[in-house]
Amino acid sequence: MFKILERNELAAHIYQMVVEAPRVAAGCLPGQFLIVRVDEEGERIPLTICDYDREKGTVEIVVQSIGAETNQIAKMQAGDSFADVVGPLGNPSDLTKEDPEELKNKKIVFIAGGVGTAPVYPQAKWLKEHGVTADVIIGAKNKDLVILEERFKTVCNLYVTTDDGSYGRSGMVTKCLEDLVAEGHQYDLCIAIGPMIMMKFVCKLTKELNIPTIVSMNTIMVDGTGMCGACRLTVGDQVKFACVDGPEFDGHLVDFDQAMNRMKLYKNEETRLKLAEEEGKTHKGHCGVCD
Amino acid sequence: MAIEVDVLKRVPVREQDAKVRATNFEEVCLGYNKEEAEAEATRCLNCKNPQCQKGCPVAIDIPAFIQEVKEGNVEAAYQIISQSSALPAVCGRVCPQESQCEGKCIRGFKGDPVSIGKLERYVADTAREMGIVPEGAKEKKNHKVAVIGSGPSGLTCAGDLAKLGYDVTIFEALHEAGGVLVYGIPEFRLPKEKVVKKEIENVEKLGVKIEKDVVIGKSVTIDSLMKDEGFDAVFIGSGAGLPKFMHIPGEQALGVFSANEFLTRSNLMKAFSADSTTPIMHPKKTVVVGGGNVAMDAARTALRLGSEVHVVYRRSEEELPARKEEVEHAKQEGVIFDLLNNPVEILTDEEGWVRGCRCIKMELGEPDESGRRSPVEIPGSEFEIECDAVIMSLGTSPNPLISSTTEGLDINKRKCIVAEESGQTSKTGVFAGGDAVTGAATVILAMGAGKAAAAGIDEYLKTLD
Repeated sequence: MFKILERNELAAHIYQMVVEAPRVAAGCLPGQFLIVRVDEEGERIPLTICDYDREKGTVEIVVQSIGAETNQIAKMQAGDSFADVVGPLGNPSDLTKEDPEELKNKKIVFIAGGVGTAPVYPQAKWLKEHGVTADVIIGAKNKDLVILEERFKTVCNLYVTTDDGSYGRSGMVTKCLEDLVAEGHQYDLCIAIGPMIMMKFVCKLTKELNIPTIVSMNTIMVDGTGMCGACRLTVGDQVKFACVDGPEFDGHLVDFDQAMNRMKLYKNEETRLKLAEEEGKTHKGHCGVCD
Repeated sequence: MAIEVDVLKRVPVREQDAKVRATNFEEVCLGYNKEEAEAEATRCLNCKNPQCQKGCPVAIDIPAFIQEVKEGNVEAAYQIISQSSALPAVCGRVCPQESQCEGKCIRGFKGDPVSIGKLERYVADTAREMGIVPEGAKEKKNHKVAVIGSGPSGLTCAGDLAKLGYDVTIFEALHEAGGVLVYGIPEFRLPKEKVVKKEIENVEKLGVKIEKDVVIGKSVTIDSLMKDEGFDAVFIGSGAGLPKFMHIPGEQALGVFSANEFLTRSNLMKAFSADSTTPIMHPKKTVVVGGGNVAMDAARTALRLGSEVHVVYRRSEEELPARKEEVEHAKQEGVIFDLLNNPVEILTDEEGWVRGCRCIKMELGEPDESGRRSPVEIPGSEFEIECDAVIMSLGTSPNPLISSTTEGLDINKRKCIVAEESGQTSKTGVFAGGDAVTGAATVILAMGAGKAAAAGIDEYLKTLD
């Protein structure tokens, strides 16, 4: 069992948890993810790693409750335990393999969208620890959905932008990046993590701006170790598995339209499950899904 | 009531009716009862030079256990089997007996061979119901062994080493132990709660510890297990889990699955049951590509989820690599075999869902290196099969997670770990066996390799004393 030591609500429906998982904490690096199961009957849910403490043997996860399964996680409190936490899975970010001295000469910008902000944190922190201060753009729908702001401020040059202009700069992350470049910032590398649609448009822009871009693909998966192939996507002319070949890929080569389409696969089943959870046995149809 | 035995014919085994079982996930074969088993046991000639034992990859003393069955001594029969096999209830169900023990049975020259598999299953199931467990080690040895993977080879290797008194820990990547026995082989062939879980408990009763949720190569490396956690030897039984695809147009469409995904959702995650929170597609018409046992499992699973199922295989019936019994069962249940066909493209609708599969007809040409006649496309013979799901069952290859993170561990060009017959790899103290070494094969061959490696590890550890 993997005990939850701490649990905080970061924003509406977004929760941060510190979980005991010594083997994951001992080996994980920025860029990797883990899979949890709430209980013995639970689904395997891939989650990003927001931070880790090797000495305490803990990892920090951030989860947004959007479906029946993530709702279940959201209900868990400090003191409760996950039946399973497995990881770290996937490959560490390429940054962690580069010579820190060479990294110091690179201008790096991170673009973080929504809960995608969480996995950007360990990367920015890692760079800071290795003497590199990156620029980070956090994008959120509105002021209330901006997460981890204070922690980011200590590890990077932070730019916050909200879609509705209620906080920080106004507009989407792509606008923010365009503005920063117009303001004279030059970047050698962009790392974008967030919803696929955001990563798609970031890549469209960085292609024009000629900035190499890495994205992290949060696809459907079952085992997370290369067994099922549910997470497959097309990168350039090759089929890759997000779990073992990624999750990070060259964003300019990823077929986003195909990857986004594949996310529809179990939408009906998931929606049914969520409705059943919310309405119990009282649901009478007319939702457009179950009819 | 005594059963009349015709020495040339097997005592028939009871099965669930094909029409009924095609709609449920209960076990197909019901097995022998006491009378049937004892009657079948009388057909064994108790040969002085038993060929059946030579056909068994773990060399069970088959005539000896059958004689005990005949006398009604189930416990004695069970202990004889246990000396050689850690998973008799599994093997009795999934071994390809027709090409092993039963294939060599002298009775088979004239008439049916003895139903060795069904007798093994009877002994294992009855022993379990009676609460009989295998005998453990009398004294402990002062060495720790790590076994990677809790599939057939890992469980066998761990069980044998524990019987020799070693301190054994199995590391399993998934949340449940059993490897292919839980994620791959369906409930209707191998019940999980009743059979697999109990066999694993028996291995644990021998003193073997199982740590789940540990992905070797990610959570911890082999080098670290040996250096930091005090393991003196390691056995790699990580199987062959990476699915192959055809790399034809349309393969990323919604509704195309690897057999691994489809089966893992149904078997490991229990998606076939309405209570499961894991989603699985319930197709209307499914094309399963491939002709092995995994293809049969995927086809029969899709059928039970309510689909019409077509098996598309590029050779003819004779070359189907699946066990005959599985093919027969699939046919009885209503699976349709479209043989000598090969998919060339998966057709999709405007939203990216599968709407069909374009195939080309094949004919058999000259034998290839495997000795089977190789299929050749018939030009201009393309046609379409309408379907909403395609399950690719083209085989699997070993996962590189371990080989790529272990210094000095040699692999061959098929990504299989290079190992001697004793399981010894290119790295001192590290042994390997099963599908990780051979590529995808059978449960019993993996068990044989696990057994040989246990002996190899014992020899190695003796040199450390």
